[in-house]
Order: sequence, then structure tokens, then C-alpha cells
Amino acid sequence: MVSKVNRGKSILASLDWSIVFVYLLLVFIGWISIYAAVYDEDHSGIVDMSQRYGMQLIWIFAGLVVALVMLLLDVRFYSVFANYVYLAIMLLLVFVLFFGIEVNGAKSWIAIGNVRLQPAEMAKVATALALAKLMSGHSFKLDRISSIAKIATLILIPVVLIFLQHDVGSALVFVSFIIMFYREGLSGWVMSLFVFLIAIFFLSLTLDPYVIYLIITGASFAVYAVLSRRFMRAILLAVTFACIYICAGIATDWLDITVSNEIVALACCGIFIVGGLYKALKNKPHYIYVIVAFFIATAVFSYSVDYVVDNVLEPHQRVRIENLVGKNIDLQKTGYNVHQSEIAIGSGRFTGKGFLQGTQTRYNYVPEQSTDFIFCTIGEEWGFIGCFVVITLYLILSIRLVLISERQKSTFARIYGYCVVSIIFFHFFINIAMTIGLAPVIGIPLPFISYGGSSLWTFTALLFIMLKLDASRFQ
Amino acid sequence: MQVGIEKRNIIIVVFILVGIVLLLKILSLQVFSDYYKIAAENNAFFRETQYPARGLIYDRNGNELVVNKTVYDIMAIPREVVSIDTAEICRTLGIEKEVLIPLLEEIEKKKKGSSGYQFMAFMRQVPAETHALFQEKSYKFPGFYSQARTNRRYVRGISGNLLGYVNEVDKTILENDKEKYYQQGDYIGRTGIEEAYEGVLRGTKGVSIFVRDVHNRIKQPYNEGYNDTPAVAGKSITTTIDADLQEYAEKLIANKIGGIVALEPSTGEILAMVSSPGFSPELMTGQDRGKNYAELSSDRFKPMFNRALMSSYPPGSTFKLFTALTGLQEGVVTPQTRYGCSMGYRVGRGVGCHAHPSPLDLPRSIMMSCNAYYCHVFRDIVDNPKYNNIEKGLERWIEYAHSFGLGHKLNTDLIGERAGTLPTVERYNNIHGKNRWKSLTIISLAIGQGETGLTPLQLANLSATIANRGYYVTPHVIKKIEGSDTIPARFYEKHHAMVDEKHYDPAIEGMYLAVNSPTGVGATAAWVKVPGLEICGKTGTAQNPPYEDHSIFFCFAPRENPKIAVAVYIENAGPGGRHAAPLATLVVEKYLNGEIGDGRKHIENNVISTDLRDLYLKRMRR
Repeated sequence: MVSKVNRGKSILASLDWSIVFVYLLLVFIGWISIYAAVYDEDHSGIVDMSQRYGMQLIWIFAGLVVALVMLLLDVRFYSVFANYVYLAIMLLLVFVLFFGIEVNGAKSWIAIGNVRLQPAEMAKVATALALAKLMSGHSFKLDRISSIAKIATLILIPVVLIFLQHDVGSALVFVSFIIMFYREGLSGWVMSLFVFLIAIFFLSLTLDPYVIYLIITGASFAVYAVLSRRFMRAILLAVTFACIYICAGIATDWLDITVSNEIVALACCGIFIVGGLYKALKNKPHYIYVIVAFFIATAVFSYSVDYVVDNVLEPHQRVRIENLVGKNIDLQKTGYNVHQSEIAIGSGRFTGKGFLQGTQTRYNYVPEQSTDFIFCTIGEEWGFIGCFVVITLYLILSIRLVLISERQKSTFARIYGYCVVSIIFFHFFINIAMTIGLAPVIGIPLPFISYGGSSLWTFTALLFIMLKLDASRFQ
Repeated sequence: MQVGIEKRNIIIVVFILVGIVLLLKILSLQVFSDYYKIAAENNAFFRETQYPARGLIYDRNGNELVVNKTVYDIMAIPREVVSIDTAEICRTLGIEKEVLIPLLEEIEKKKKGSSGYQFMAFMRQVPAETHALFQEKSYKFPGFYSQARTNRRYVRGISGNLLGYVNEVDKTILENDKEKYYQQGDYIGRTGIEEAYEGVLRGTKGVSIFVRDVHNRIKQPYNEGYNDTPAVAGKSITTTIDADLQEYAEKLIANKIGGIVALEPSTGEILAMVSSPGFSPELMTGQDRGKNYAELSSDRFKPMFNRALMSSYPPGSTFKLFTALTGLQEGVVTPQTRYGCSMGYRVGRGVGCHAHPSPLDLPRSIMMSCNAYYCHVFRDIVDNPKYNNIEKGLERWIEYAHSFGLGHKLNTDLIGERAGTLPTVERYNNIHGKNRWKSLTIISLAIGQGETGLTPLQLANLSATIANRGYYVTPHVIKKIEGSDTIPARFYEKHHAMVDEKHYDPAIEGMYLAVNSPTGVGATAAWVKVPGLEICGKTGTAQNPPYEDHSIFFCFAPRENPKIAVAVYIENAGPGGRHAAPLATLVVEKYLNGEIGDGRKHIENNVISTDLRDLYLKRMRR
């Protein structure tokens, strides 16, 4: 008994209260937003269990219990049992595939009495623990093929299982671990390439192919500038390219040859590729191969985008992506959610309409207003000030978590901490971006704020495990 | 560890940049764009449509034909409907529980959806008395509202074929509505005058904007009503219809299938237009309209089919006038030309005729309706050596027919007018082969049989053209539109037939003799003459084997400065002189004299009491 009390005391003393404070603030904001979103004068009592805000109150208290349990568990439990937790949750994911209940087209829920759980949410915690355990091993080196294979296996198992449940949003969350990998040694080049490819993906859907060529060519010159450290020469080359391209354009016009812009751009690029390869063979600066490979790979990638969008994605996913880049928007159907969401947020103006004064979210103009689109309520009723506060809170939380992770002595805790940052930041960014039309609607909740027990408990557990690891960092 | 710190800083900077991007986009939505604020207002304001009163319809003498009455639509806002007493609502609105339950289920369903705060139609066209009761008890029915609408009231017992009716817009109309004026639940004029003058009669909807409070209750007018647009009432129209004449004509043709059209020849104004059987437009209003519509649509006598405009009938012997006039213009016959007839035209397969004195000149051939005479004339027209061959001759003949308004739509203002039919050279080439037919093959055209079809409106127009001695004005029902001094220009224009004015008098003489000769000298309609009215008419009997002949008559009166031209077509009523002629002359007498002379009361009674429905039923069974 005594030792437990002592440990509890030390926990309280060494707990990072700033994070706890931000956590409680976000949970509170979530609750009043849910209250506002579903408020109905016939059910105005705050603990009305027939209403979502009444239920959310229960989830919140249960969440606090989860937090407490996470803090009270022995710290070694997490590293020792990480693999078992992972295994158990994976089995649960398989179980859901067969015995789950379908909600909104995703067969990802299990029902225990009245309580519905979403194992996909728990899989995030389990994978974070398992990754931290794997990567903190003594013999682990990120640049080994076997290590990469192990990491890939750990991540792909839940991703595939969640994909099979048709819960694309939750599966995509695992992409966020790239932030953690970056910190743990992934090259900045890979990160840049990753971001560049995402940009090319969306640009390919909106711009003509020749513009994409010009962008890729520009990027290639930038890469050349960085690798060769000859900035003036890179600029000179770029200017030369521009001249050739313009001349080619004028020449085809003057000769009255009908060629597409695409061919002209490609021909100009061809000159440079041949020139570059010739120089590479002569002088052997290896990075020129890299640049040529980069150029060709991204060009091929941009061509594959249309194919992927048309043939690989499901129709509703294709429509969401097309809507995002401004194509085929039908405000009555596919574009409705985001449009209504933008209206709700936009109508909040600078100071907002005031608590319970929002007309858009309250009257069901915005769908999923208490779950995925809860940010609309905040935007409408609390205006830019409210949005600023919420975004700032997430930034504080994320940055504070980065700082906390960095101060860990154990690699396990640091890696786990970065996993937590990755997951929370990804949710926060994508969720808000989709409500304001910056990201496709992939239906993932806003951490701590969106309605729902599973999501709240998962994020609570995710966060408080880190707080426990942090509080025990001197042990 | 140095690398770790550098990467940590990059991550933090990227996080902050991402946060800034989000905030910038939010800033652009919330502060730098008015669009979303306005869009939100559109969402949250309640826009109540103000329905304009529909224009009234008057007859040519200023009598009301169609006026408005107020009915009420009961509307519900699903999410405001709580715990209502179903028995009470049934009693108040006078409906059965079986009707109410599905409606309540719909309300429950909508409560959950996004349209929970929008009005849904609960019951339409509730009469004023029921509405008063509902108003009294409205405190018992939270979430229910009523909206006043105008509905039509029909002052005279005139058929819906002429007047048309007013109905809720359906899907097809909404889809084809290019101006996007109509919305679900709006009313629109269908068929007849209501459809023809929909654009004038309907007016323009207005809108009142109200602010909703937090509880979505409609509070006060937005901006003190400054942004409201008032409804603009529809314009009333005066029609060319003579309500008394129309009613009388409908009474005469009751229980017979057919059509009557009466025109004022000099102006083309439609005085009366009857399609029989008709239907009461009253059936199309009120709460039983759906049931009534279904019954009318499946009625075997097709009461909603406007025969006067849409049925193409063979004109029978009335068409001899056209043959005579064309022959005179072409110079192949003179008024004095005489042809003999011994019970018919005995060339080729021949055309039969009835017993009458022989030979006859042109006026008397019309008076006694000699078939042989017109076989001669017709052949001389189409076989005229100046046209070289029969194809050219027939084409010329068809040109004449076109100039009389046949074979094409007259372009009247009523909707659904048909073109009728005329023979074509190709048609005969197809049937018989090129150069394998001659005038004898198509001889029945001479006497209005065969490939010729006229709508009763075209027949009346032909009569008016003869009455006018060579021209017609497109028949129309519009006389005056409220607030405007003119009607469409096409209703002032004279269309000249290809037959010159001087040729009409011998033909008209024949029509005069047909009615006004003493009985017993072979005139086809002498028994229906009206002393003093100088009715000029011609009977027609269209063969319709194996059924009874159709009975046809067209006429105008008086002989000089005609005031009325009438065409009557009665299906399966036998020879034209038997039923159509007395009916047509009664219409003329009623219009010119205002009443039927004592000497003709028995004719009137006889026409009214003629009931051919059994005959038709027998025909349908066959």
C-alpha cells in the first residue's frame, strides 16, 4: 500500500501538467461543441442521456478512468507487453472482419452491450507501442533491409486489416508515422520527395501535363543546385531551358506545326536529359543519375495519377479527391458536406455567432456535425478567435510532445512519443483541413473533441501512456 | 544527438507552418469573403413564398367564367411536431385514420433528416370551413401551419376542355421548366385557356423573408420587410367565348360524341368550342382531384380529349364546297356548268349518289349534294392538261387546300391543336406505285372521303373563309388581356385563300339553297331553316363502315356580313341532315336571336334528347 501511495505521489509530482491541462481544455471544448451541435430545446438538460452530449459526458468520465489506469500501470508494462498488446489488437481486427457491425459502410465496430468499440482506433496505440519496442531494440538499425521489412510488416498488418473493413480514413492515419521515421533517421530527401509526390498527385489532377513537366524540371534544377552546390550554374541552366522552351514554342507556331504543349515540353526536357547523361558519363558526378531518375520517376508518377484515380479508387473516393481540386463539384450531392461545412465556418466571421447561436450546424445543414465535422460548430459559434485557440492548443500539444519526447532517456519512450505526435498531428491537420476544403474528406475524428467513446479513449490512452513514460523517465 | 535536435527543430517549424496555413485558409473563409456569410443567411432565413392571385377569365360579354376561391394548404415542420392527438386531428380535418398514419410516419422520418426544419405539405386544398375549424384548435397541433392558396371556382357549367384546369406541377414540368419558375407544390394551368394563357394568368410569386430565432421559430420579418418582394397578381383575360352560347352548345351535344366550333368569321374569334363528352373542371380542384383525374383518364368516352381541336375527321360532302371553289378558280367549271347524274358517277368503279333531279348547275349541285357533279369537277382539276400529269395536278389541289387552312395547324392560341391530314403524292405512289394511279383512283377526295381529315376547328374555319369570301383570321380565344390594348399580331392578320372573291357567290348560293329552299325540292337541310336568318349551310355524311356514318354540318349566317360560322361533327349519328344540321342551326339561332323560336322548340328538344351512348358502347364492344 505504502509503495503505491508513494508512486502515486511521485507520479503527480512529475506529471507534465501542461499537457494534462491542454488535454482537459480540448475535451471540454469538445463537450460544449457537441452540446451546441445537437442542442435542442426539448432536451436542454446537460446530462440527458438520450442526447449525444449526455453520452459524451459518460465517455469523458470513462476516459478519465482510462487516463488514471494508464498512469497507475507499472511503466515497464508498456515496453514488456507491447508486442502482446499489438498481437491482441490485431486478433481483434481480424475478429471484427467477421463479426463486426457495419456503420456508415465501414464494418469496423464491435458491440459489447450498448457500448460500441472500434478496434481500428486501438490499433494506433498498439502499433505505436510495437514500433517503439522494435526500433528501441539494441541491434536495431533503420538502414537495414531486414529492419525495414519488420517495420513494414508491423504497419502493413493493421493497415490491410483496416482497409478490409472499408475504413480508409483510419488506415491512412498510419502514413503519419513518417514523421517519427524522419526523426529516427529517415533522410530529409525522402521526406521532401514524399511531400513533392503528394503535391504532384493533386497538381496532376488539375494542371495540364506540360505544366507538370515544367514543375518537375524546375524541381530537378533545384535538386541539382542543392547537390552540386553550384547555384549560379543551376539558375543559368534553368534560364537556358526556359529559352529553349520558348524558342521551341515560337518555332512550332511559326512553322505552323500542330504539336501539343506536352510534346514540346518533353522534347526540351529530352535535350537536357541527354545532355546531363553525356556529362555524367564524362565527368562522373553521380548525382546527375539521381536527378535524371527523379525526373523520370515523377513524370511516370504524374501519369499514373489519372489511372489510379480512375481505376483504383472507389467512386466516392474519386469524387472526394476531384471535389478537392475543384472538379465536378455538385453542391447538392457530393460537394454538399464540404460546401455546407465551409458555409458554417465562414459565417462565423471574426468573433463567431456566440454559444448556441450557430444556425448552420444546429439545424443539420452540416452532416456528421458532432463527429468528423465538429470543427464547423467551433468555427461558426466562436469565429476566427475560436479556431485560432483550438489550432494553437493543438500546436502547443504537438510541440510540447516533441519536446517531451526529446528529453526521454529511453529510446522506447522517445520513439513512442514521436508516434503519439505523428498520430495526433495527422488527425488534427487532416480533420480541420477537410472541413475547410484543404484535404479530401476521409472521415477521421478531431482528437479529444469529436463525439465518440472509442476515439476519445484511444487518444486518452495514447497520450497518457506517454505522460506515464515521461513521468518515470528518471527511474 | 545533433542531428536529432536539428530534425526536432525542423519538425516544430513544419508544425507551425501547417498551423499557419490552416489559419490563413480559415481567415480567408471567415474574414475575407462575404460569400459564406450570405450563404449561411440563405440557409437560416425563412423565405415564405407569396402566391399571387391567379387572373380571372371572362367571356366576351364580361361575364365571369373562372374566378378564385381561397383554400388552405396545411403544412408541418416535422421537428416541431410533438405529441399530437391523432383522433382530434382526424376530426378537425375530416380525414380517416388510415390517411393520417402514413403522413405522421413521414413526419417522424423527416424529423431525423436534414429537412426536419423545412415545411412539408401535410394536406393540400383544405376548404375554408375546415380551415376555420383547424385555426380554432391550432394550439393543439404544434408544428402545423396553414398557408392560404387560391384555387379556381367555375362560375358557369362550362367544360374543362375549353377552360382547362389548374393542377399541381409534376416532375416533367419541373424538369422542362427552363426559367426555373415553378417549384414543387406550385399550381399550373393545364390544357385549354388555363394552359394557353398560363404566363399571363399566373402572375409572379413573391417572397417574404423572416428571421428564425435560435429555436428555428419564425420571428419577425427580416429588415422590416424591406427585402421582401410582393407577389404580382396574375392578369385577368377576356376571352372571345360567348358563355351562353357555349353552355347552350354543350347542352345540345350532350350524350353524343363529337365537336362544335362557332367562329365570328370577320375576326376569327372563337365564340364557342365544344368537345363532347366533356368534364367539369370543378373535378380537378379540391381534395378528390387525384381520384377524379384517374377516373376521367380511364373513361372509355375519353372526356379529356379535346375533339374540337384534336380529332381529324373526314369532312364528307361539306368538302364539295372546296372542290367547287377550286374548280371555279381553276376555270374548269362555271356556275352554269351542268352535269347529269343517274344515281352516281359511272366511270371506273364509280361513286354512288342519291335520287335527285338531273342535270344540275353548280349552286344546285351544292343544294342537293350531288356526288357525280364533283367527280367531274375534281377530275377536271387534277387532270387539267396544263399540269401535264396527275402528280402536278394533285399537288396544285393540295396547295389550294393549304390556302384554306387545311393540312396544317392554324396556329390558334389553344394548346394541342392538330394539323388534320391531306393526301400527298408520295402516299399514293407508295400505295399504288409511281404512275400507277390516276384521278379515278383518288376520286373519293372530291366528296371529302379518303385521305382527307379536318378537325372541327378547321371545318369551322373553312366555313368562315367562305363566309368572308376568301380569307380567314386565325381562330383564337383571346379578346383582351388586362393592362394591354392588343392581342398577338397574328390574330389580326388575314390569310387569303387561293380562290378569288368573285367565285364565292355561286357556291354560297348553293349553301343558301340547301337550307332555305322549300322542303320537297331536294335541298339537303331545308327542314332546319330559320326564317329571317338566311343561314347558308352544307351537310356532310362521312362513311365509316362498318359503323354508322358520321353526321356533319357547317354553315354561316346571315348570308351578307356573316356574324357566325359553325361546324358540327357528331360521330355515328347518320346523315348530316339528321343530327348535325339541326344542332348547328340551333347554335346559330341562339347566337343571332338570343332564343329559339317557338316553331323550332320541337327540334331543340329532339336534339337535346338524342342519346347515342348505347350506340357508342355497342361500337366499342365490336
